Amino acid sequence: MTGQPYPEPAASPTATEAGREPSLRPARPRWRETLGLLARNPTAAGAATVLVLVALVAVFDQQLAPEGPNEISVEDRLQPPSTEHWFGTDDLGRDVLSRIILGASVSLRVGFTAVGIALVVGTLIGLLAGYYGKWVDDVLMRFMDVIFAFPAVLLAIAVLAVRGPGPTNTAIAIAVVYVPIFARVTRASVLGVREEVYVRASRSVGASDLRLLTRHILPNAAPPIIVQTSISLAFAVLAEAALSFLGLGTQPPNPSWGLMLAEGRGYIELAWWIAFFPGMAIFLVVLCFNLLGDGLRDVLDPRQRTAMGGGR
Amino acid sequence: MDLTKRAEPERDVLVSARGLEVHFPIRGSGFRRRPIGAVRAVDGVDLDVYRGETLGLVGESGCGKSTLGNALLRLVPPTGGRVTFDGIDVTALDRRRLRELRRRAGMVFQDPFASLDPRRTVAQTVSEPLEVHGLAGDRRERAARVGELLELVGLDPAVAGRYPHEFSGGQRQRVGIARALAGEPDFLVCDEAIASLDVSVQAQVLNLLRRLQRQLGLTLLFVSHDLSAVRHISDRIAVMYLGRIVEVGPAAAVAGDPQMPYTRALLSAVPVPHPELERSRQRVVLGGDVPSPAAVPSGCRFRTRCPDVFEPCPDVDPALQPVGSAPGHLAACHLHGVVGTPVAAEADGAADRPPRAATGSAAR
Repeated sequence: MTGQPYPEPAASPTATEAGREPSLRPARPRWRETLGLLARNPTAAGAATVLVLVALVAVFDQQLAPEGPNEISVEDRLQPPSTEHWFGTDDLGRDVLSRIILGASVSLRVGFTAVGIALVVGTLIGLLAGYYGKWVDDVLMRFMDVIFAFPAVLLAIAVLAVRGPGPTNTAIAIAVVYVPIFARVTRASVLGVREEVYVRASRSVGASDLRLLTRHILPNAAPPIIVQTSISLAFAVLAEAALSFLGLGTQPPNPSWGLMLAEGRGYIELAWWIAFFPGMAIFLVVLCFNLLGDGLRDVLDPRQRTAMGGGR
Repeated sequence: MDLTKRAEPERDVLVSARGLEVHFPIRGSGFRRRPIGAVRAVDGVDLDVYRGETLGLVGESGCGKSTLGNALLRLVPPTGGRVTFDGIDVTALDRRRLRELRRRAGMVFQDPFASLDPRRTVAQTVSEPLEVHGLAGDRRERAARVGELLELVGLDPAVAGRYPHEFSGGQRQRVGIARALAGEPDFLVCDEAIASLDVSVQAQVLNLLRRLQRQLGLTLLFVSHDLSAVRHISDRIAVMYLGRIVEVGPAAAVAGDPQMPYTRALLSAVPVPHPELERSRQRVVLGGDVPSPAAVPSGCRFRTRCPDVFEPCPDVDPALQPVGSAPGHLAACHLHGVVGTPVAAEADGAADRPPRAATGSAAR
């Protein structure tokens, strides 16, 4: 062993933006970086654009729809697509395009509400189970397993049978089905993040459990949850359609894509457009949510981020 | 083991461990996962850290030095023994007092690439202790304090808004040090704080730590396997082997006149940066591997590899005793007189068997 003296360090080499007022705010927010990377992924960007358009249509449905959703016109029934009725008319002479536009808000609202509830409840359960482990984990996750054991549509039907049909109850029914999925995704992610050194480091300076969970663990565990949200939205729209198709979701005469599909089914050989266009709407939205989810997964993956020049 | 008997002037003790144990249970594969043994990472450590000193803690990988550092701050819960911090029993603190301990005792971690939250800016990381302990009133004051702290560790305050991935290893470690200092602690544990840095950067960070220690009157526990670094920075050195302190004393005495065969072997492994001297360097090469901390040998735990092993070694667990000429130089070795606890009194059956057999029998 030699007590060889080390040279004193030279002045720090990081003085690049000298003179700027120190601030606690980041120079460039992380979400903007994410958005920027997403914009460079053409598929995901396209899907996001379509979804924004659909959302705008849903918001301004009253202004956009050429006719009322329930305007019955016996002379105009079962008209094929034409310049007057772009998507044709159904068996009661109602304009299919108008009903699709007005149904968008119903479908999306149910989808967003359902996923919103499932996201909040499932993430909370997953956070607690993953962070505290031991018996908390056992109790919560076994409970989730029980829900998970039921076939999804059957479970939703059971919830609707108990609570009665209607958009709110449809959302609740779909949420119940998705809570275990969010709980599992969150738990798995938290189990990894929990062991990170920076979590231990925060604990070493005295951070409370609540602080660790909200400031460190949740943000770092978020990427898979965000991806799951996007994909679940697709399935929720599909589930709403399925439940309405079965007559348990949206009730006639209100428009909903699934319900329109169900009503058009009987006329499929006579007037294909009644079922075809709502089906296309469902297909488009579900596809876009899935593509967006895939894009988000690529962008939020930290290894990917390094490869794209963003660092760890 | 009573350390108060040693012939040394009374000094002000800041952190003290007595009989400290950290055992991690080894669980069986059965349904109930009953414990079938224990990894004795820290196994009866007595150690005093004096106020204002730098104590170097050395030992090879897996000897429990990091666990010891963590246990002193209760970041790993001790399974036995006592730790006191400035007279307060650390092992029995309520929530509020534990938080106060977290302010007064900081930690610098080994890997600066893992110890900073990638989603938080440098400023957010450094100001976390300020927020947790309510130290700097509003946002403005916090930002100012963060700027001071960054300057203190040799970083430009203007980088506060950046994310960790924009920094080099050495700069990140400076951020880690700034965070550890934010609560104005008395005690800092540096857990292999320079081990994962480039050699040139190691020197910078080492000198930074030494400067801060003097400037702020810190007490430092410098955990490392790098003997040259430890010798450079430490006032005293403690040598750890298999969960136990085997030699401790003033840095010059331990490094210059080691009294325990393990310390001698450890020191002889340090290369000399001089070609001729390096060629003639006498090495004490130890045979075999470190025994598993799940099956510690009986008596002296170093006896399975010790070149000077003799009769009492397997039968008496050696206690630290004054050795050499320097005051406060202690070693746990029978070569200086057989002092310690006879093995029979330990009533520890597993310890006598060879490592493999011990794990096997425990599984039954």
